[in-house]
Amino acid sequence: MKKNFRVVNNITPSVDGKGLMQGRSYYTDDLADQNSLIVKLLRSPHAFARIKSIDVSEAEKVPGVACILTKDNVPHVSFTRAGQGYPEPSPHDKFIFDEYARYVGDEVAAVAAVSEEVALQAMKKIKVDYEVLEPVLDFEQAFENKSVIHPEDGIHEMFPIGFDPKKNVAASYEMEVGNVEEELKKCEYVVEDTFYSQAQAHAMIEPHTCNARLDEHNRLVIYSTTQTPFHMRRIMSKTIGLPVEKIRVVKPRVGGGFGGKQAFHGEMFCALVTLRTKKPSKCVFTREEVFGSTYTRHPMRITLRVGANKDGVIQAIDCRALSDTGAYGEHALTVFMIVGSKVLPLYNKAKAVKFGGQVVYTNHVSAGAYRGYGAIQGNYAVESIMDELAEKIGMDPIKFREINSMKEKETSPIFEIMGEGTEGTAMIMESCKLPYCIKRGRELIEWDKKWPRKEVGPHKVRAVGCAIAMQGSGIPFLDMGSCTIKLNDGGSYMVTVGATDIGQGSDTMISQIVAEELGTTVDKVIIYSSDTDLTPYDCGAYASSTTYVSGNAAWNAAQKMRDRLVREAAEYMNVKVGSVEFDGKIFTSGEKSLSLEDLATNRLYNQDTRQIAVTESFHGHVSPPPFMAAFGEFEFDTETFEYKMIKYVTVTDCGTTINPMLAKGQVEGGIAQGYGMASSEEVIYNDKGKLLTTNFDVYHIPTRHEIGELVTEFADSYEPTGPFGAKSVGEIGIDTPPAVLCNAVYNAFGVRVHHLPITPEAIFKAVKEKK
Amino acid sequence: MEVKFNLNGLDVIYHIQPGEYLLDSLRNNGVKSVKKGCNASACGACTVLVNGKPTLSCSVLTASIEGKKVMTVESIQEEAGELSEYFAKEGADQCGYCSAALALVVHALKEENPHPTREEIDDYLVGNLCRCTGLQSQGNAVEKYLGGKK
Repeated sequence: MKKNFRVVNNITPSVDGKGLMQGRSYYTDDLADQNSLIVKLLRSPHAFARIKSIDVSEAEKVPGVACILTKDNVPHVSFTRAGQGYPEPSPHDKFIFDEYARYVGDEVAAVAAVSEEVALQAMKKIKVDYEVLEPVLDFEQAFENKSVIHPEDGIHEMFPIGFDPKKNVAASYEMEVGNVEEELKKCEYVVEDTFYSQAQAHAMIEPHTCNARLDEHNRLVIYSTTQTPFHMRRIMSKTIGLPVEKIRVVKPRVGGGFGGKQAFHGEMFCALVTLRTKKPSKCVFTREEVFGSTYTRHPMRITLRVGANKDGVIQAIDCRALSDTGAYGEHALTVFMIVGSKVLPLYNKAKAVKFGGQVVYTNHVSAGAYRGYGAIQGNYAVESIMDELAEKIGMDPIKFREINSMKEKETSPIFEIMGEGTEGTAMIMESCKLPYCIKRGRELIEWDKKWPRKEVGPHKVRAVGCAIAMQGSGIPFLDMGSCTIKLNDGGSYMVTVGATDIGQGSDTMISQIVAEELGTTVDKVIIYSSDTDLTPYDCGAYASSTTYVSGNAAWNAAQKMRDRLVREAAEYMNVKVGSVEFDGKIFTSGEKSLSLEDLATNRLYNQDTRQIAVTESFHGHVSPPPFMAAFGEFEFDTETFEYKMIKYVTVTDCGTTINPMLAKGQVEGGIAQGYGMASSEEVIYNDKGKLLTTNFDVYHIPTRHEIGELVTEFADSYEPTGPFGAKSVGEIGIDTPPAVLCNAVYNAFGVRVHHLPITPEAIFKAVKEKK
Repeated sequence: MEVKFNLNGLDVIYHIQPGEYLLDSLRNNGVKSVKKGCNASACGACTVLVNGKPTLSCSVLTASIEGKKVMTVESIQEEAGELSEYFAKEGADQCGYCSAALALVVHALKEENPHPTREEIDDYLVGNLCRCTGLQSQGNAVEKYLGGKK
């Protein structure tokens, strides 16, 4: 169903864009109580150690110290910091403070004092007696290593995820459709290759920040830079033993998340400090802590075998992966499964598919949720090997993808088998304009003129590469969003949603959906989001769920409000409900008419007074994937191997773009972040496991100088199960740059770089090895 | 110790600790539009204008601004509002954490070089990191804003 939209699919400024550029101070630390105790964390200097004892007696004597927390005085309940549905697919393998420190930077104690200076001074006086243990720093050596990273009692999985901590395994998974070995034997062409992807830092500009206070009812109020306020409330309640009704979590404006804030960082400590001292407290991570003690992307090794018949049709895919979850198993299984579940269905002609492997613990910074969430790792490997296979067959890589990739009304058996740590959900692609995306992108990049490479100077070549991608739109039967709409006098609407705006613009997107359905304009919609006291539930901002899940909830609520308003107007005008028409401002029935403003005034002040309000929820029965075709052109120096991005073309099918500019921002922001992973970003440790990339001067994210021309288009597409035809667009942008760059390097030099980032040195080495 | 300076057109006196940095002094005194991103002169989120020049407040000692003029986004409200409209049209704004600093840098660029080339814009803004957008859209927005075309 297509219709002419007035508000959605139209350019609409972000509801908070102007205020934030003018400096309105609504980020977490802006809202901290001025008298907050400052919470600083004592962190382990060792990659792996057992804490024999902690002596805080001297530290406590420092004037101005209010409270010191250690393993000796906090609840000992295992939990996962991962903000996910309950029961979580992540193992409960973390304690607030533990007997073991599992990476350089792991929390050992928290000091709350009147100032940062005093807190740091006291921290130096805490005496920790460590028994230093042999760390596991190479994830390929982690399985059954003699150093067991989680030897402690009291940790467990919430349901079977292959958790085997005595072998350093956080999770494992195996699946097979058909018989891969049999199919490979029959194939005319078979390729095999292995790819390594690195740890990437989220590097959102706002650090992880939280603060706590007690309200006038002595309830604990947490302000946090969280992507999952409701999960935070639940996990905190269970872990510190405070009933849910005693906790309020508020998410103010958030300065970027990308998955890195889908977790606890300082919140548990601030909560305990405030509960014990009765004083407000705050914990603002330094940039060094953001890099060294939050999350990274899971590094992986992915080995693929892919076989095609004589016509170039893929018959079998075998994908083995090993993932490094670092010190804790947050998102271990789910990120791992997405390597398969959100990449392999792209090639749905395969008769047999096998996917599996392990997620292992190491003594590195914990890996966690990160935009792309397994899909970018999988995409790098799969989309690189597809170029290898196309070349072996002797087919243009685009034609190869055209004949092998997903089309509308098709499906893949993988959808039914693989879900969010459990079984999945079968689905047919009701909207899939991937063939158009490929065709249009090919034109925009001028592939036929540029592929594979062109000499453009004495030692300069330009080469192109391509990749296709898919993602999901929330987790079916699990993710839920909800929305409450109430009518104000004057005829405006107050909309409260649990959906979590972390800078991606969900408040704007939801306002547009409500305004569209109710025939009004965005300025008549006041939106307030993500406050566990004041807004209805939402699972949070992750899994590309907000537009689809929370957007559908808002659409449901707006439809219900429209029905309700029509009924109220019919009653007021004393006419039949079916005779009333509503254009957003005026109700009409034959000769009679009534303005929304008059109805609102009447219902609040005059006749049959009552609050007109509705609440609706949504959970998906499918997770319609957005699709993308991406094409990059790069200029390489054949002497120094330095290169730059000339152009990056993407054509995306995300259904209706609710806000075309925000959708473009999501795609382009994803490309920049993915290009960082492809080209320069890498979390680096020394041989003792100490992090070396601790700030932006040594961890290089793309700047205005590295991003070339971005050409971003969207396919004309309509997803029948989405709000006004929309699917998600938050993650898909990040998926393609590693494979696109890898394929372009191959087209430039005839060498394949098997690990990320693809630096000039890596290309140089590959070229040298080839010679 | 005491430091007297002009903040957004008003003379102010801050009572500070020796060794205190301007970013912390401003935030401690309620000027929260100035953001801490890296505290290492690397991200640009703490940019203020000192005597008109973009300055990273995380690495300037407050004591050193005695007698100087400090501008934060509060002094260019209308301009920041107008710039935001250009950002909106290009899909150049997202989380907003770096927006106020960007507005100040664009203001300084306009004063220094009212008709910059695109390369000059990108060079001038390169120290202001943004992790949300693809960056090109911000350059486009600034180019159109300074060129006066909507």
